[in-house]
Amino acid sequence: MNTPTQDTAAIEVTGATVHYGDVLALDHVDLDVPQGLICGLLGTNGSGKSTLFKTLLGLVRPDHGRVRIMGRTHTAARRAGLLAYVPQSEQVDWAFPVRVRDVVMMGRYGHMRTRRRPRPADRQAVDHALHRTGLTDLADRQIGALSGGQRKRAFLARALAQQAHVLLLDEPFAGVDKHSESTIIDLLRTLREQGHTLLVSTHDLAQVPALCDRAVLLQRRVVARGTPDQVLRPELLMEAFGVHTPEEGPVWMP
Amino acid sequence: MDALTALVDFFAVPLQFAFVQRALLVAVVAGVVCAVLSCWMTLMGWSLMGDAVSHAVLPGVVLSAMFGLPFALGALVFGAGSVALIGAVNRTSRVKEDAVIGVVFTAMFALGLVLISRVPSQTDLGHILFGNVLGVTDTDIVQILVLAALVLTVVWFKHRDLTLYAFDRVHAHAIGLNPRLLETLLLGLLAVTVVVALQAVGIILVVAMVIIPGATAYLLTDRFERMLAIATAVAVAAAVLGVFTSFHLNVSTGGSIVLAQAGAFTLAYLLSPRHGILGRRRTRRRTHPATPAHT
Ligand SMILES: Nc1ncnc2c1ncn2[C@@H]1O[C@H](COP(=O)(O)OP(=O)(O)OP(=O)(O)O)[C@@H](O)[C@H]1O
Ligand SMILES: [Mg+2]
Repeated sequence: MNTPTQDTAAIEVTGATVHYGDVLALDHVDLDVPQGLICGLLGTNGSGKSTLFKTLLGLVRPDHGRVRIMGRTHTAARRAGLLAYVPQSEQVDWAFPVRVRDVVMMGRYGHMRTRRRPRPADRQAVDHALHRTGLTDLADRQIGALSGGQRKRAFLARALAQQAHVLLLDEPFAGVDKHSESTIIDLLRTLREQGHTLLVSTHDLAQVPALCDRAVLLQRRVVARGTPDQVLRPELLMEAFGVHTPEEGPVWMP
Repeated sequence: MDALTALVDFFAVPLQFAFVQRALLVAVVAGVVCAVLSCWMTLMGWSLMGDAVSHAVLPGVVLSAMFGLPFALGALVFGAGSVALIGAVNRTSRVKEDAVIGVVFTAMFALGLVLISRVPSQTDLGHILFGNVLGVTDTDIVQILVLAALVLTVVWFKHRDLTLYAFDRVHAHAIGLNPRLLETLLLGLLAVTVVVALQAVGIILVVAMVIIPGATAYLLTDRFERMLAIATAVAVAAAVLGVFTSFHLNVSTGGSIVLAQAGAFTLAYLLSPRHGILGRRRTRRRTHPATPAHT
């Protein structure tokens, strides 16, 4: 395997097709995200956004097609700690006896040795991630004792603490208030400045021009890709979303 | 005779007997190993699996006796084998997991019953089913100590990975761990643990030992590390109390140990400050002082 260079795409998907039984969820999807950019993944409910994330992680197996993360297979990339993932909804037991701090610490396990004993650097990274997501005061709460938006931020904090090169965020803005939303947007921009690559799915188009360098419009297949200006065109949105976009959204008009 | 002497005698008199000392050792070691594992069993909701593995070892124990092998060997083969069988049937049929478990463990247990009725007297079904901790031999003790050390060593190295798996297997996958492997490891630990506890309380009550301490601790804390400590403390106390009570009252040792654990659970259920039904009421009253306590 050749070593990744500056030019290796952070995320590269070629011809990925995914079925759930008879349901075709992804149809020959290509994706190419260069390093150090934020790419928005846009599409309606059921357009295959979450499925694409799961394909990148190897949680669902494509019928055919190829996935590369920094030039490596998903298994090699995961083992090398290159991937952080914040799912759309966490499939966890909310009554589990862990504190918010413990959950965030789980992001550090890839940096630890066999027994996963935290070292000062790990504690520092956790404190920092809690601070950046505004959870410092809630750090000692049991994880289920948080509101929906706070839970979302807790898992974002875990991804931050992981310090992975590539972050996959599935609907990070769903269910968070305006204040948290702008906190998260600032956070994602900072990550990009630090050289991380982010793939962020959303069906709320309003943030896209301000946040994303690239955008991909998904409707089982890729309808459009490019800069936000190139993608957020009425005729393309019409095709992907099946409705006329409201006129009050001039932000994404070319 | 004052109360203190009575208390000292309660413990000192039985301890003069070597068989009580050995029983105590086995009960405490089995209690600790089971308690540690019970924390994951409780959180994974695996009590039926614990019941299944313990019943499924019966043919293994009988066959070991038949061929003069160490009891742990046959028990391990059948314990692990039934877990594998449950997994295989579960993956390859549409029958739900709890039904598969129900089929496999009863079938294994039935096989054991049939085998034992063909085997000449030496093996006592009663001892296998209900435990015979007052009659453990030195070779039994060696087997128990070796397996206990094995389980505790693996847990010592892997407990954070196992907890991560129990809490969030998707994240475990994302950071490059193998959730399937961790699941297999946990099931393997369960099989070995069941074998450790077999002599202490017998097949029927093993499931109590791998659930009750964890469930009790879960009512008392919201931190996993503390849960491990509380479960272990509960199990050790129950083992000691159970062995001595059974000596003095001449009643079943396994039964006494499990009853003591159940007593601890009942206390936690009623009185736990945050999660007990009475304790919760008291806390609520404290946080709403305006609410009249009596009307
Ligand atoms: N586990 C599953 N089994 C069967 N079909 C599934 C499964 N998960 C998703 N699907 C189907 O695959 C398609 C894509 O689903 P996916 O979850 O990827 O959409 P999405 O773009 O993330 O939608 P949303 O915006 O609602 O999150 C949908 O038609 C959905 O019904
Ligand atoms: Mg989705």
